[in-house]
Amino acid sequence: MNVPTGTVALFATCINDTLFPETPKAVVRLLERLGCAVDFPLSQTCCGQMFTNTGYFREAMPSVRNYVETFEAYDYVVGPSGSCVGSVRDQHPMLAERHGDPGLQRRVEAIVAKTYDLSEFVVDVLGVTDVGAYFPHTVTYHPTCHSLRVTKVGDRPYRLMAAVRGLTLVELPDADQCCGFGGTFSVKNSDTSVAMGTDKVRSVLDTGAEYVVTGDNSCLMHIGGLLSRERAGVTPIHLAEILARTEADYLSGAVSGMGKVTR
Amino acid sequence: MTAERRTPAPPNITLIGMPKFQRNAKKELANQQLRNNLRHATHTIRDKRVKVVDELPHWEELRLAGEAIKNRTLRHLDTYLLQLEESLTRNGAIVHWATDGAEANQIVIDITRSKGVDEVVKVKSMATQEIDLNEALEEAGIAAWETDLAELIVQLGHDRPSHILVPAIHRNRSEVREIFLEEMGRYGTPPPEGLTDDPAMLAGAARVHLRDKFLRAKVAVSGANFAIAETGTLVVVESEGNGRMCLTLPETLISIVGIEKTLPTFADLEVFLQLLPRSSTAERMNPYTSMWTGVREGDGPQEVHVVLVDNGRTNVLADEVGRQALRCIRCSACLNICPVYERVGGHAYGSVYPGPIGAILTPMLRGVTSEVDQSLPYASSLCGACYEVCPVRINIPEVLVHLRNKVVESHQGINAEGIVMKGGSWVMAKGRNLALVQLGSKLAGRLLPGDSIGPIPIPGPAAGWTGARDLPTPPKQTFRDWWVKEHQNTPGTKGKP
Repeated sequence: MNVPTGTVALFATCINDTLFPETPKAVVRLLERLGCAVDFPLSQTCCGQMFTNTGYFREAMPSVRNYVETFEAYDYVVGPSGSCVGSVRDQHPMLAERHGDPGLQRRVEAIVAKTYDLSEFVVDVLGVTDVGAYFPHTVTYHPTCHSLRVTKVGDRPYRLMAAVRGLTLVELPDADQCCGFGGTFSVKNSDTSVAMGTDKVRSVLDTGAEYVVTGDNSCLMHIGGLLSRERAGVTPIHLAEILARTEADYLSGAVSGMGKVTR
Repeated sequence: MTAERRTPAPPNITLIGMPKFQRNAKKELANQQLRNNLRHATHTIRDKRVKVVDELPHWEELRLAGEAIKNRTLRHLDTYLLQLEESLTRNGAIVHWATDGAEANQIVIDITRSKGVDEVVKVKSMATQEIDLNEALEEAGIAAWETDLAELIVQLGHDRPSHILVPAIHRNRSEVREIFLEEMGRYGTPPPEGLTDDPAMLAGAARVHLRDKFLRAKVAVSGANFAIAETGTLVVVESEGNGRMCLTLPETLISIVGIEKTLPTFADLEVFLQLLPRSSTAERMNPYTSMWTGVREGDGPQEVHVVLVDNGRTNVLADEVGRQALRCIRCSACLNICPVYERVGGHAYGSVYPGPIGAILTPMLRGVTSEVDQSLPYASSLCGACYEVCPVRINIPEVLVHLRNKVVESHQGINAEGIVMKGGSWVMAKGRNLALVQLGSKLAGRLLPGDSIGPIPIPGPAAGWTGARDLPTPPKQTFRDWWVKEHQNTPGTKGKP
């Protein structure tokens, strides 16, 4: 395992910061356990893809600029979201170019090169797949489209999960099919979005898993929202929260037997 | 009116006046038959495509080659088009240029009338669908008979195609039987007694019905999959052989060819005849590939016309991001893989070209002005599966997002969404702005009971989300607050607070 010399900036993402704080907390616990110096620069906000993907390029520019200003001093930027990291890497250069600001474009390119999804950072930079996690539950994993096709995290999440003690992974049928979230698609085309999500939920239920895992809380909010409405009894959980848990957490009562963080 | 018609009337809608995608989709989603047909058909062809693509170790190189050849062609389209015209003319074909659909249709009408006939047989062609040739001919008193089996089903069913390759994908065999029993006899040879929904028997009925039309026809209309500038050769790729009947039997052949169908050299076909069948029908090679180069005395049509159609293509070519859509070879792989298409079907798009490629091509060909064309770029979850399977590597998600920007930029004045986005833009400009807004989410977290929020019956995005999905109750403490509390003595220092 490599311990990076520099400081790792956590890019929590706006949705995690606001709605799912347990996920970035888990990233902090995990990375610190693996020997990293983690910082959370408070000036951070959002990748801006809500604007970009709805066609509001001009409105996305403050997010792009703020991302650069917030993170360019760090050695690594790590985000627990294949989609937000994907937006930074795939869309920020396009936005900066269209904006016609070569200076910003150069800064964006520099930061793109050191922005990682959590699973990439752990496997590629830290060189670890066994992070010492313990999660005695049956789970199924939905790879999420942007992790799969934009950020291209590949099999890293599977390798990380395979090394988690106690975890049983059940393969999700039609795993590579979109869950139907799609950002503002979920409300602009809510009927189609729900139709797609219902099929995803059916696949999840078919596995008999207790937990449905993704590397993206936005997709998980959609799948989880359907599961919750149907009282389906399957819990959505972010990969980071699984990787952060150790056997000691369970024994000390920091995590309940049901896998819920209690402290 | 109906009594005067020669061919079955299509449904009484004009595509351009279609309501927006969202409304069509809601209706189609409730069509259980459609959902079943599409799920079965798209999954079957997806699985087959993966198998035949995986057989080729150099598939990615083929895709890159396809992309490169098309890019080069489009970059020098003016040169290649003139070369194509020269090659065609040299080989005895008559070349016509049409700026738009109306011009192309008039050319077909004039040629057909000059032959003294009032009917044509047609090879399956997207270009003729795009310019609505059949209805233009009908108005001119000329009957256009579709001879592709699926197009025949659609035509006899007073219907619209819903897929580029499999126009009747939304119909099952019992529906096909009903259409044949009801309509076939009105327009030619009726189906045999005791017609069942056995596919072989249905195909047999169509064969007999069409045979008479093939043998009678003096004029045929086709499209072309490829037009070779170097040699003046046109290529039609098909499965049934009905196309070849049209291409060889009648005395006059008129081919409607979009200008982007041009390929520089005959050797370029090596790439595309591998990419196309594997991507479209998931076959190693399609059963019938017809090629013709002008006129050959005593063999096949003795008068060959080629109508080169623009109909918005040069506008697409002028769009630096969007022009990649002109690489499309109409294989339908993006439709078959698309999770949105799979659930709503082709009619929801209100466009001759449905699915992901239609969602980018149609608004570019027609301009993002009508309600339906403004809604098409949003008819995608941006999952990216279409880009992955596209044999000519059209980055459809990239173009969708680009067109969404065009839609937004085309809006005059202010609207609710624009205000929300402007407000959001301010929120995300600074960490302290976001922290300020989070005061609201934290307050909601304190006031709202339970872990989740059920239906919110206020029209707008909240109702759109919570109609079928719960929303998590916002936490009382944001991550930001937690971090500050945990690191009171060592807050983040490098980034500006």
